[in-house]
Amino acid sequence: MAVLQLERISAHYPGGAEPVLADISLTLGPEQLLVALGPSGSGKTSLLNLIAGFVEPSAGRITLDGVAVAGPGAERGVVFQDDALLPWQNVLANVAFGLELAGVDRPRREARARDMLALVDLAGFETRHIWQLSGGQRQRVGLARALAADPRVLLLDEPFGALDAFTREQMQELLLQVWQRTRKPTFLITHDIEEAVFLATDLILLAAAPGRVVEHLRLDFSQRYAAGEAARAIKSDPRFIETREHVLQTVFSQRGAPARAEAV
Amino acid sequence: MSSVELTRDHPAPRREVEPVQPGPVIGTRAISTLTLLGLLALWWGVTAAEWVDPLFLPPPAAVLRKAWLLATQGYMDVTLWQHLAASLQRIGLALVAAVLSAIPVGIAMGRNRIARGVLDPLIEFYRPVPPLAYLPLIVIWCGIGELSKTLLIYLAIFAPIAIATATGVRNVDRARLRAAQSLGASGRQLVRHVILPSALPDILTGIRIGLGVGWSTLVAAELIAATRGLGFMVQSAAQFLVTDVVVLGIFIIALIAFAMEMGLRVLQRKLVPWHGQGH
Repeated sequence: MAVLQLERISAHYPGGAEPVLADISLTLGPEQLLVALGPSGSGKTSLLNLIAGFVEPSAGRITLDGVAVAGPGAERGVVFQDDALLPWQNVLANVAFGLELAGVDRPRREARARDMLALVDLAGFETRHIWQLSGGQRQRVGLARALAADPRVLLLDEPFGALDAFTREQMQELLLQVWQRTRKPTFLITHDIEEAVFLATDLILLAAAPGRVVEHLRLDFSQRYAAGEAARAIKSDPRFIETREHVLQTVFSQRGAPARAEAV
Repeated sequence: MSSVELTRDHPAPRREVEPVQPGPVIGTRAISTLTLLGLLALWWGVTAAEWVDPLFLPPPAAVLRKAWLLATQGYMDVTLWQHLAASLQRIGLALVAAVLSAIPVGIAMGRNRIARGVLDPLIEFYRPVPPLAYLPLIVIWCGIGELSKTLLIYLAIFAPIAIATATGVRNVDRARLRAAQSLGASGRQLVRHVILPSALPDILTGIRIGLGVGWSTLVAAELIAATRGLGFMVQSAAQFLVTDVVVLGIFIIALIAFAMEMGLRVLQRKLVPWHGQGH
């Protein structure tokens, strides 16, 4: 199983003097669902872009199974906030897109895409157009597309941020089911505290200006869900509420006392 | 999980059903048709009452009769079809050449800083110049044959397509590009699978504008230097005051421009059905 490692990562915006991220070290291994939570300006998205290879760190090293990350690649699958699907292809072709790029022949890639669609509960939607789908369905297609290419780690950039509260809860449960079945090391960023506490096996809290890790929590709510406990029961458990309030306070206290002037 | 199945039971596309508005008493299309019919009636009335000398405005029936005569026997030994074929062949050749060259140039301009730096001033320099202004130079260089006319129209069509393609390529959604890259797309695959389809609506708009400019340039060029073509037919008929041929020629030129515009709109709807779908 894959291990993703960040060693003392710093990042700057092009031309910016202040670092966006300072001295971040992380390890993401098998069985882990790492969630990064923080206010805007804490560099969450920058962190994901660094791991995905869309931008380069100004200092430090990112490795996947000991090999340095250089640019985007199929071994790190990404799910985007605004689905980023291709509207000229139908659902099946979108999910099979990564395999098409890799040169897999049509019958094999379509079979694989069908399996992935079944995994995200979208069997029967193969020939739909993208613009005929709801926001939640699009995000599921995005998840299936990332999984179809069989990446070693899965990165999700605020995947449920644009969804309504009801759909978001469904998607959180779906993600946990998929994560449990595929066993991929997963990195997710969010600004939704309940979502973060519910999903994470490892929760890192980021503070802004510069973006840095202020706390690293190990949680077991997602394992309890995987073991069969109902999502509502977990979320109304006093321990869950206590953790949620603790996280909320940490995030707020960080906001009240910024290390430097608030980043724009 | 039951919560997931909830959405499965309702796979209907999320598109708001707009309440049907009570239509106005008379549609816009009907108003347009009535306007055209009114104009035709006015033309017929004015000529039937002989208020205007047929030399200046021949009656509709005479123009129709002339159309039949031109189609069967021709004007100055050349039939209407031959004039039409000459014009359509020129614009067709120029269009194919412009599409094949302007799209790669536009992609290069949209993708590459150096290509944009080199090509942008060149295109922006000649684009605002009316093509007829540099027609004399082209005639000096390439003679008076088919080549110079086709080249002129090609240049007129090239600029709008290249500029529209470059704009479309520059405006490709960055998330889409990153999604393809994180699925392992190479630079070539990005162009083929993401950039070209994303820019297609802009490219088609560029072709529409280009064809409009190209058609006016073609007719104008034939007025000046040609022995065949619709522009030449109108021009030579005017010299002998054969007004019915002039009117007929103008009608055919307008009809073809209209048909090209409509054809491209159909093509646009067929090729880019996602355009304007709120995506």
